[in-house]
Amino acid sequence: MPEITLVQAVNDALKEEMRADDDVVVLGEDVGVNGGVFRCTADLVDEFGEERVIDTPLSESGIIGAAIGMALYGLKPVPEIQFADFIWPAFDQITSEMAKMRYRSGGQFTCPMVVRTPYGGGIRGGHYHSQSPEAYFTHTSGLTVVVPSDPYDAKGLLKAAIRSPDPVIFLEPKRIYRAPKQDVPADDDYVVEIGKAAVRREGTDFTITCYGAMVEVAMKACALAAEKGWEGEVLDLRTLVPLDEQALIASVTKTGRLVTLQEAPKFSGYSSELSAIVAEKAIDVLEAPIRRVAGFDVPFPFTLEHVYMPHAERVLKAVEDVMTF
Amino acid sequence: MTEAAVLQILSPSGEIEKSLLPELTSDELVGLYKHMVRTRAIDTRMLALQRQGRIGFYGTCRGQEAATVGSGAAVEDRDWVFPALREGAVLLMRGYPMDKYMGQLVGCALDPTHGRQMPCHFSSAEHRFVSLSSVIGTQISQTMGAAWGAKIRKDDTVVMGYMGDGATSSTDFHCALTFAGVHKLPAVFVCQNNQWAISVPFSKQTASDGIAVKAVAYGMPGVAVDGNDVLAVYRATKEAVDRARSGGGPTLIEAITYRQEGHSSSDDPTRYRDAATHAAWMEKDPVRRYRNYLELEGLVTEELDRQIEEEAKQAVNAAIAAAEASPPPEVWTLFTDVYDKPTDALREQAATVASESAEGEAEGAFPL
Repeated sequence: MPEITLVQAVNDALKEEMRADDDVVVLGEDVGVNGGVFRCTADLVDEFGEERVIDTPLSESGIIGAAIGMALYGLKPVPEIQFADFIWPAFDQITSEMAKMRYRSGGQFTCPMVVRTPYGGGIRGGHYHSQSPEAYFTHTSGLTVVVPSDPYDAKGLLKAAIRSPDPVIFLEPKRIYRAPKQDVPADDDYVVEIGKAAVRREGTDFTITCYGAMVEVAMKACALAAEKGWEGEVLDLRTLVPLDEQALIASVTKTGRLVTLQEAPKFSGYSSELSAIVAEKAIDVLEAPIRRVAGFDVPFPFTLEHVYMPHAERVLKAVEDVMTF
Repeated sequence: MTEAAVLQILSPSGEIEKSLLPELTSDELVGLYKHMVRTRAIDTRMLALQRQGRIGFYGTCRGQEAATVGSGAAVEDRDWVFPALREGAVLLMRGYPMDKYMGQLVGCALDPTHGRQMPCHFSSAEHRFVSLSSVIGTQISQTMGAAWGAKIRKDDTVVMGYMGDGATSSTDFHCALTFAGVHKLPAVFVCQNNQWAISVPFSKQTASDGIAVKAVAYGMPGVAVDGNDVLAVYRATKEAVDRARSGGGPTLIEAITYRQEGHSSSDDPTRYRDAATHAAWMEKDPVRRYRNYLELEGLVTEELDRQIEEEAKQAVNAAIAAAEASPPPEVWTLFTDVYDKPTDALREQAATVASESAEGEAEGAFPL
């Protein structure tokens, strides 16, 4: 198996799906000859031509509106929004149109499409190149929301997303776009099933839920906790909607303690939903209150980014809280 | 936009520009009229039903029958239509059954969309008439995208999208026409400039001298047409459709017309409309104007006219009776079509509703 980066994994997934299905088209800003500002679509235009790898005018709303029209017509568009922070002009098309099309037409019209977008902090990108908008989308019925945390999943999940009959928001953790490399199958048939979480580290004392670039932080926090004799379980959700609730409940039932981890702001964050589900369905197994580690409720900062971003020591503090309750 | 630049074949005072008459058979000419009369009959009846509390909402096409029917007649069955609020008649013209149509308005089990949207939000994949939302302008970008799909697939399909004058101020109007112009997409954008976006007059919508001139900036032809002249609308749309089909790219059509009623059943236009202007527009009524022409041509007699109206009324009444006799949508339809397959969370929520009724529990209710 070749050892590749997450960027290459995305690129490979696109190439394989475009080779397998003429209906798959890529469109967005700078995705053509430039290959995308992160190079996720590098070389696609050479292989598939300008008709299927389209440099659009600069309008996110137009890109998603166009992709919806293409999907309605029968194509499988994979639009790229250059940064998740720029997705808001398309929010209406995504939430009012793409997400509701199947429902409002009684299943007559559907939008099988994947909106790819790099998200998250840690690249010194300030307010508008760093945000984590997942909760806005997980709150909208009809959307599937996927967040890979490594190259293996990025490729397998993106291929699964492109084959999905439902519209998918595919959030790519750009901080780990280029590291670390990982063995990823080159097999056309390999996909990672949407809706299944992965246990990244087994443990018996506490559970950390996480996704995207925060998986690595959770792993580091568990290493620190292990030095204190506490064995943590890291549950990488991989798909936020539909949630693998079974995996969540199973892990918490096993450990009895839950720390949720996300880099998006804390209030009304996605992890709050996890916390509510565990409180509703498994409070009897809890040996300590749930702790949420998240970004702060401030606009994403530039200079003080390192303070904003959840880090292993901050997660460890939450682990200490649940372990010593 | 000067008056001279507005395409007109039948003037309000009865003059006919014969050199511009479209090539339509007598049957086709009478067919257009039947659609216009039926549209008006449906509007009259449905507005009355709304006042009686039998349907929740209604937005009429009254005054815009020529713009709607004339454009709707210019596309073929293989072409796609993205409607706005007032183009339900186009779906009927494409052969949609009247009982399903009424089913949508009433929100009953006859409606293939399970009563999920407010009245007037029709859709039918079979008729290539795409589901619309109530959000203004969104369908314009989708029109562009579907036209792009047709171009990528190398189909000779044309995609027509409707909008009101208010929608031309939306983001989607700008990006749809920008994209369509750059990529020469087979799209026809039809703006029904009915002078009002609810209570906001056209003069407050834009400082532009009409809508058609905006096409210049997007690199496509812009055509202003008398929207109350069904033959002019047909001609302008047909030319645009033919151009799009033959690879000539998109067109923006401005059908200058007038919304004779309120924006919807919830709106009272006497609050903001000047009576004299209203009366002047009523003089330009599109149905009367076309009837005068057909009478002159000997295609419509008073008797035939009565017959058409009677047939339309009967069809509408029969469909209303069927829709009102139809049960409400099954409760489980609340949970289907959110995704291709319901998620576990949706199944759980559906089960909650099932447990609320003894009947639901007994039958196992939800087939999810």
